[in-house]
Amino acid sequence: MIERVFREEHGRAVAVLVRVFGDVDAAEEAVQEAFAEAVRRWPREGTPAAPAGWIITTARNKAIDRLRREAARAGKYAQAVLLNAAEPVEAAAVEDDRLRLIFTCCHPALGMEARVALTLRLLGGLSTAEIARAFLVPEKTMAQRLVRAKAKIRDAGIPYRVPEEGELPGRLSGVLAVVYLVFNEGYGGREELGAEAVRLGRVLRELMPDEPEVLGLLALMLLVESRRGARRRDGELVLLADQDRGLWDRELVEEGQALVRRCLQIGRPGPYQIQAAINAVHGDAARAEDTRWDQVLQLYDQLMVVATSPVVALNRAVVVGEVRGAGAALELVEGLHLGRYYLFHAVRADLLRRLGRDAEAAEAYEEALRLTEDEAERAFLRRRRAAVSG
Amino acid sequence: MKSYVLNIIQPVGEVPPPEVLEPIMARLAEVRRDLERQECWVFGRGLEQPEASTVVCMRGDEMIATDGPWTEGKEHIGGLAIVKVKDLDAALKVAARFTQVTGLPIEVRPFLGEG
Repeated sequence: MIERVFREEHGRAVAVLVRVFGDVDAAEEAVQEAFAEAVRRWPREGTPAAPAGWIITTARNKAIDRLRREAARAGKYAQAVLLNAAEPVEAAAVEDDRLRLIFTCCHPALGMEARVALTLRLLGGLSTAEIARAFLVPEKTMAQRLVRAKAKIRDAGIPYRVPEEGELPGRLSGVLAVVYLVFNEGYGGREELGAEAVRLGRVLRELMPDEPEVLGLLALMLLVESRRGARRRDGELVLLADQDRGLWDRELVEEGQALVRRCLQIGRPGPYQIQAAINAVHGDAARAEDTRWDQVLQLYDQLMVVATSPVVALNRAVVVGEVRGAGAALELVEGLHLGRYYLFHAVRADLLRRLGRDAEAAEAYEEALRLTEDEAERAFLRRRRAAVSG
Repeated sequence: MKSYVLNIIQPVGEVPPPEVLEPIMARLAEVRRDLERQECWVFGRGLEQPEASTVVCMRGDEMIATDGPWTEGKEHIGGLAIVKVKDLDAALKVAARFTQVTGLPIEVRPFLGEG
């Protein structure tokens, strides 16, 4: 119970306290203390009627106590903060604070690793140890990364505010990139990160319900997440075409598709929305052979216009392979400079295999194997290579 | 309000000819006038080439001066401005204007002890 409240309310509580005290460290420490007190008192005295409010109030009181002690020494500044701190906290203001916290954690003046760590720590309420485990770095390294990031917020004067309208699109895409990066780490097998990214996506939707790219990102994550149960079989990667669609989580598919429909109504397409729409098309097909590849290709053409990249071009080539055949797809793939990306070789290998060029296919599978360490993918590639090696 | 130094990072090498430099200087003066109007300008000047600099250091108890050692670097600080603004975002906005005019990257660095 306390664990759940902790995860869900951590972001809110820290967000409010940062505004009140103007310091991330002080806010975080006070919230920690409040949760520690909850662990002591709730089992004995019962859970309060409004657990979130209890946490925020208790944390604020802890911070005020500490400031009082320090104020005797530190003087004016702490006293000024104390005056503000006594004000009651309103619910609407809490949501605004949470939005401020997101934009501060994802400020472009912070490195990408720092943004991810801060977002998971402050907004997601993950412990430093949990984040370190998820990103496969020693806990000490992650702790230092967080300390450095918080010091930069303080020392460089990174503001605690929502960007103005003019800068919002750019800054918002930075926030979405952080959440999507967390999600993709989860896709790589660390499931807790996938779930955390979806949760962050839901928070963003709650806070910015009219931003279509926010809805698009959540839809994309839900639709990809819906296939989690079908993506691996006996430790081996299963391609979309070979997945048992009965294992897809229909509830997530439908939630994602509803969001895609909402995006279409808003009518301001962007990269996440288009990728979500592509996944929604897959969600519609009861069997792989029912996939409306023409629709998927159309969406990839759109994606190439708004977010062109060699990786998008590679994915589009795969779809071209479904619509116009492996020869047309291979021609596109050969024109891409993605030699260091294992999927480039995996896609090329598959197209060569379909064209009956087995020897070349085997070489390409070999190259792909050299470039990935993911065991599920390697198992898949090894089996494919064996099939063409005769 | 916080103070930031904006270091203009310049590649080592030929200085552009006057016909290139003059319009840039004129536009920089314009930026400066804007900042003065908004009362966030503290100070700003261009610097002579690194060959003109001298480094003073201690060797044991002895103080010695040597010819500027920075020439082995690929870039140097070509000029600097100090602004006093609300927060990093405001400082980055000012830096963006300098970058637009000069085409050079700018390091935005807060002064110590104004947290």
